[in-house]
Amino acid sequence: MEMIDTILQGVLLGGVYALFALGLSLIFGVMRLVNLAHGDFIVLAAFMVLTATTSAGLSLPVATLLTVVAMFATGFALQRLVLQRVLGDDILPPLLITFGLSIAIQNGLLLTFGADSRRLDAGSFETRSIEVLQGLNIGLAPLSALIVAVAAILVLQIVFYRTSLGRAFRATSDNPQIAQLMGIDHRNVYAVAVGLSLAVSVIAAVALGIRANFDPAIGPARLLYAFEAVIIGGLGSLWGTLAGGVVLGVAQTLGARVNPEWQILAGHLAFLLVLFLRPRGLFPARRP
Amino acid sequence: MPDVSDASASPRLAAMQGGAWQVTIGTRLSRAAAGIAVLVVAGLIALPVVASRGLIQDLIFVLTMLALAQLWNALAGWGGLIAVGQQAFVGLGAYVLFACTVLAGLDPLLAIPLAGLFAGLIAAAIGPLLFRLEGPYFAIGSWVVAEVCRLLCAQFKPLGGGTGMSLPNAATSNTAGLKWVQSLLDIRSAAARDVIVYWLALFVAIAVIVTIYLLVRSRLGLALAATRDSIAASRSIGIRAGRIRYGLWVLCAFATGIVGAIVYLQKARISPDAAFSVTDWTAYVLFIVVIGGVRTLEGPIIGVLLLWALQYYLAQYGSLYLLVLGLIAIVMMLFVPRGLWGTFSERSGIQLFPVRRLIKRAIEDPPRRSPP
Repeated sequence: MEMIDTILQGVLLGGVYALFALGLSLIFGVMRLVNLAHGDFIVLAAFMVLTATTSAGLSLPVATLLTVVAMFATGFALQRLVLQRVLGDDILPPLLITFGLSIAIQNGLLLTFGADSRRLDAGSFETRSIEVLQGLNIGLAPLSALIVAVAAILVLQIVFYRTSLGRAFRATSDNPQIAQLMGIDHRNVYAVAVGLSLAVSVIAAVALGIRANFDPAIGPARLLYAFEAVIIGGLGSLWGTLAGGVVLGVAQTLGARVNPEWQILAGHLAFLLVLFLRPRGLFPARRP
Repeated sequence: MPDVSDASASPRLAAMQGGAWQVTIGTRLSRAAAGIAVLVVAGLIALPVVASRGLIQDLIFVLTMLALAQLWNALAGWGGLIAVGQQAFVGLGAYVLFACTVLAGLDPLLAIPLAGLFAGLIAAAIGPLLFRLEGPYFAIGSWVVAEVCRLLCAQFKPLGGGTGMSLPNAATSNTAGLKWVQSLLDIRSAAARDVIVYWLALFVAIAVIVTIYLLVRSRLGLALAATRDSIAASRSIGIRAGRIRYGLWVLCAFATGIVGAIVYLQKARISPDAAFSVTDWTAYVLFIVVIGGVRTLEGPIIGVLLLWALQYYLAQYGSLYLLVLGLIAIVMMLFVPRGLWGTFSERSGIQLFPVRRLIKRAIEDPPRRSPP
């Protein structure tokens, strides 16, 4: 029973990791860019929601919604004003810029909020749980994180494959020049992609903030988890990313069961193992 | 009628006829720069005679950061292998130094090359796995490897586990040459250790720069540039892209491990968080290269001096200092993407350590057959 519980907790944790990974996967899929500040943007969003709930006294859903709008605008502006200028064949400049952003966001947050650990207050929601079987409880908060992850993937799938925006994403991803000939402004497509990525990160931030403590320094580790979920799942497949997140989550909880200090290490080793055995991930997209 | 044997008509023809055209890399300026560089190095070697211990310690920081920056520049700039996990090899080098001196009682001077070898070995083992990741994902993959190394070292209890440990004086008291330096400069043993570390750092920084310079100027350097520009095209002309990149990766890890060991011989205190710090060993290094100029040898020299100055005036502000560094790097990438030296060099045409091949006429006016 304890084993089942451990694996179940890992699956639920995987929902949060999948949420971390969606934004990263989205930008890479559309514009072949890896945002090294992705984890720090998640932490930034968590602090924005925290400020909106504590200082402005808004309720958690309202604060989340406002932060989603703000982060979408931030992402849109970041792409149009900064990243667009350096996007090209050379992948070094955009990587260096996002790395610089990572350092700047981390230390900006440290200056503003200090190094203390924080938590989002979700009232009784965070402690409530439901009993699935005799002696097997599932926390309501982790369960909703997984459900939200599934919902977010469903929405992104619909956006990608059923809307004109998704067509523009896919066309630009395949070939920006030809997409442009078809009347698509690739600069706007990219900007919407980055905006969407940061908007999804807000959901990830709320899932993180309700479940665990956060402080300004934890961004890079979230980036690594997101990246591992993407690679374990296989590039180009959102459901694969969910599976990758679950594999990572289960590996971490199993590692933690053996020795609490091994939690993170077990996740990293699972990632390296998958890279060794299945370099294209567990569920790669059929398109090469 | 035009004279078909005129050298200026066809460089290829002329080359066959005895080289009225030739490919050159060096210039008169670069030879002068080499002469000045030799003088500067001679001055730096003699510096401990007059310099204070504080200055020597500062210069150890400058020289080791310079070596790390040049190595990253070679890996990412020339090799196209953009890693943000080189702290893995700094940390491994440092831990091997501590293991060899504290646990095995080796002379630190012997432990340093072993640290490099171990870092190179780990890089050789993990390289094939990381190379499966495409471009930007390679960057994060290398970061994961660094984290794995940090977490494993934190589990290593004989060297203090997660909290780390200090290097006992006994471990370095048998360093070869320590007594000699002590009596030569008439200083205490702690200061003498700094001087030895300083000479080591100077030697390694110069060795790294000279090696990279020779590498980039060689045929291998051309092959690297071709690999970076287009893997497919370089393969089609017979360049073994994978092998060259792999060799560069292992070599850079080896040298980075050596630098890590040197840094921690001076710091004499190790902890997993510090030895594998992404801020200390990657953020600063990237800053140095970005400010000075990617793919130049002169750039990181300027970059490291600027970082030293910024550190001197701003380091007391902690987070604000790092925030400013991050913002400077972003602004530089946007508006001066080639860095200070790269931009200056492009505008003025001046290269102190030139790496570009220029086709030049060996003889200003090719001799024409004078009429009888």
